[in-house]
Amino acid sequence: MSILLDGLSLGAVYALIALGYTMVYGIAKMLNFAHGDVIMVGAYAIYSTLMLNTNPFIAIAVSIVVCTVTGIVIEKFAYKPLRGASPLAVLITAIGVSNLLQGIAQLIFGSTSRSFIIANFGTVKIFGSEISVGTILTLIVGAIIMVSLTLFVKKTRTGRAMLAVSEDSGAARLMGVNVDRIIMTTFAIGSALAAFASLFYIIRIPSTTPTLGAMPGIKAFTAAVIGGIGSIPGAMLGGILLGVIEQICKNNPHVEAYTTAIEFCLLIIILLVKPVGLLGKRRREKV
Amino acid sequence: MSYLGNLKKTFKLKYCVNYIGIAAFLILMIILSSTGMLSRSFINLLPKIAYSIILAVSLNLVVGFLGELSLGHAGFMCVGAYLGCYLSLFLNTYIENTFVCFLVSMLAGGVFAAIFGFIIGLPALRLKGDYLAIVTLAFGEIVRNVFKNLPMFGGAMGLKTDSIKIKSSTLYIVSFILVLAVLFLIQNLIRSKHGRAITAIRDNEIAAKAMGVNVTFYKLFVFVIAAFFAGVAGVIYGHYYTPIIYTTFDYNYSIEILVMVVIGGIGSISGSIIAAALITYINFVLQNNLSGDLAAVRLLVYAVILIVVVIFNNAPALKPIKEKINVKAFSNKIFKKKASTITDDDVAWNRIESKINMDELLSVDVKPTDNTPDKPTKEDK
Repeated sequence: MSILLDGLSLGAVYALIALGYTMVYGIAKMLNFAHGDVIMVGAYAIYSTLMLNTNPFIAIAVSIVVCTVTGIVIEKFAYKPLRGASPLAVLITAIGVSNLLQGIAQLIFGSTSRSFIIANFGTVKIFGSEISVGTILTLIVGAIIMVSLTLFVKKTRTGRAMLAVSEDSGAARLMGVNVDRIIMTTFAIGSALAAFASLFYIIRIPSTTPTLGAMPGIKAFTAAVIGGIGSIPGAMLGGILLGVIEQICKNNPHVEAYTTAIEFCLLIIILLVKPVGLLGKRRREKV
Repeated sequence: MSYLGNLKKTFKLKYCVNYIGIAAFLILMIILSSTGMLSRSFINLLPKIAYSIILAVSLNLVVGFLGELSLGHAGFMCVGAYLGCYLSLFLNTYIENTFVCFLVSMLAGGVFAAIFGFIIGLPALRLKGDYLAIVTLAFGEIVRNVFKNLPMFGGAMGLKTDSIKIKSSTLYIVSFILVLAVLFLIQNLIRSKHGRAITAIRDNEIAAKAMGVNVTFYKLFVFVIAAFFAGVAGVIYGHYYTPIIYTTFDYNYSIEILVMVVIGGIGSISGSIIAAALITYINFVLQNNLSGDLAAVRLLVYAVILIVVVIFNNAPALKPIKEKINVKAFSNKIFKKKASTITDDDVAWNRIESKINMDELLSVDVKPTDNTPDKPTKEDK
C-alpha cells in the first residue's frame, strides 16, 4: 500500500515534468531537452530563497517566477531563431541549452550537493502503514494541477488557441491566432509546472546538485513518450505508470539494481508495439 | 584498365586529404617522440585523440549521412570496451603477447557492438527523428545500468585491465593506423552506390523509397557499421585506460561526441576529424588548468559554441548574412573563379533545339466553343 502510494506520488512528479515536455512538443513540434534542467533551476531557486528567508511559501513563489522566466528566455534566445529549421538542429540546440544551464549552476553553486529541508512533514497512518505527509501532499496538489490544466486547455480562449496551434499552426495563424505568443505561453506554463515538480522532487530527496534535473528529466521524457508525446492525458498516464513501476522495482531486492534498465526497456517495447505511444495520435506521413 | 581507373578514383587528391593529414600527423608524432620532444602526458593523450576521431567519424555516418540523431554512441563504445576487453583478458591467460590479444579482441568488440547496433537498429526501422533519439538514449542508459550490476565485469568498481594495458607510446601508432583504416572504409562506403542510397534516405526518405532504395536495409546497415566502429574505439579505450568503469559512458559522453560532429560540420568527415582532435586536446589542457568547480567553464564554453554554431548554420533569418561570409565564395573571389556554374552542361543544353515552343503552347487561347455539352442547346428544349 505504501509502495503504491509512494509510486503514485513519484508518478505525479514525473507526470508534471512530462506535461511540460508533451505540451511543448505538441505545440512547437520540438523536444525541449533543457526541460529537466529547468527543474534544477527551480530547486536552486528554492534553496537560495530559503537561505535568505525561512518562509517556504515565498520560496515556492520565487521558484515559479524564476522557472517561468528561464523558460521564456530559453525560448526567445535559443529556439525562436530556429523556427522552421530542421528538427535535428533544434534538438541539438536544446541539448546545448541543457548543458549551458548545468554549467551555469555548477559555476554559481559548485558541484557538491546542497542539502536543505523545506519543511518538516510528519507521517500519518493509513490502513496500518506509515505514509509521509509529503507524499500525500504531492498527490493532492499534483491532481489539482492536472485537473486545472486540463480545464484550462479545454475551456479558456488561450487553451483552445493552443489546441488549434498543435493541430495545424499554419491554419491557426490564418484564423488570427498569434502563434509566437502561444508558443511562449506554452513554454511559460511548462516551466511553471517544472517549478512545482522541483518542489515535490526536493520534498522526496531534500538536496540539490547541478545535475539534479538530468535523470528525472530523461525519465519524465520517457513517460511522455510512453503515454504518447503531444497528448496531455497520455503524459499523466505515462508518468504515473513509470512512477509506480519504479517504486515497485526499487522495493524488490531481486531487480532493484536494474530499475533504470527495466524502465527504459519498457519504453523500447512500447514504442515497438505502438510507435506513437499509448494515447498518441498517429500522423500520416505526407510527401 | 578499369581497375586502374577505380584505383585512381579511390585515391583522388580531393579524397586523400584526410589520409595524408592523418599519416603526416602520425609520422610527425613518431619523429617528435623519438627525439624526445614530446612530453609524456602528451603521448598519453594521443590514443585518446585517435579513438575520439573514430567515434566522431562513425557518429557522423549516422547523423550526417543517414540523418538520424543517435544519442547512444557511448553505449556502443561501452559494449565494445567491456566485452572486447573481457575477451582480451581471457585470451591473455593463454597468449602472452598483449598485442595479439588487442587485435583479436578489437575485432570481437566491434562485432559485439555491431550486434547491439543491430538490436537497437530494429526499432529504428519503425521510429524516426525524436523518437529514435530517445530510444538510443534509453539504450545507452540500459547498457550502463546492466554492466554496472554484472559481477562478472567487476560491478560498480569497473573492469580492471591492468594486465592487458598497452603502453601509450606504442598504442598511439596502432590506433592512428586504425584511424586510417576506418577512414578508408567509411569514405569509400560514402562514395559508393550504398553511400548514395544512404544520403538519398537522409534527403528524402519517401522519394528514396520510390526510387527503389531499400530503406530498411540501409538504416540497419548504417547503425551496425557505426556501432562496430564505436566498439573498436571502446576496445582501444580499454587497452589504454584502467579500470573500465560504467560512469565514463554516460549520456554526457554521447553528447560530447555529438558536439564534435556538430562543430566539425554535420556530414563533413574532415571536419569531424579536426573537431575531434581539437576538442580532445582542449579538454586535456582545460582539465590540467581548471580545477574543481571551474571545470564547469568547459561545459559552459561547449554549450555556447554548440548553440551558436547550430543557430548560425540553421536559422532561416541568418541566411543572407551567412552567404555574405561564405568561405568558399570568398576563396572563389580571390582566385577569380566563377561561382559554380556547370558550363559543360550549359553548352550541351543550348545545342539541343527544343522541338516544343513553350510560349506558343501557353499563349493559345482556348475559346469556348458553341457545342459544349454543359450548355443546353435549343434543340434539347
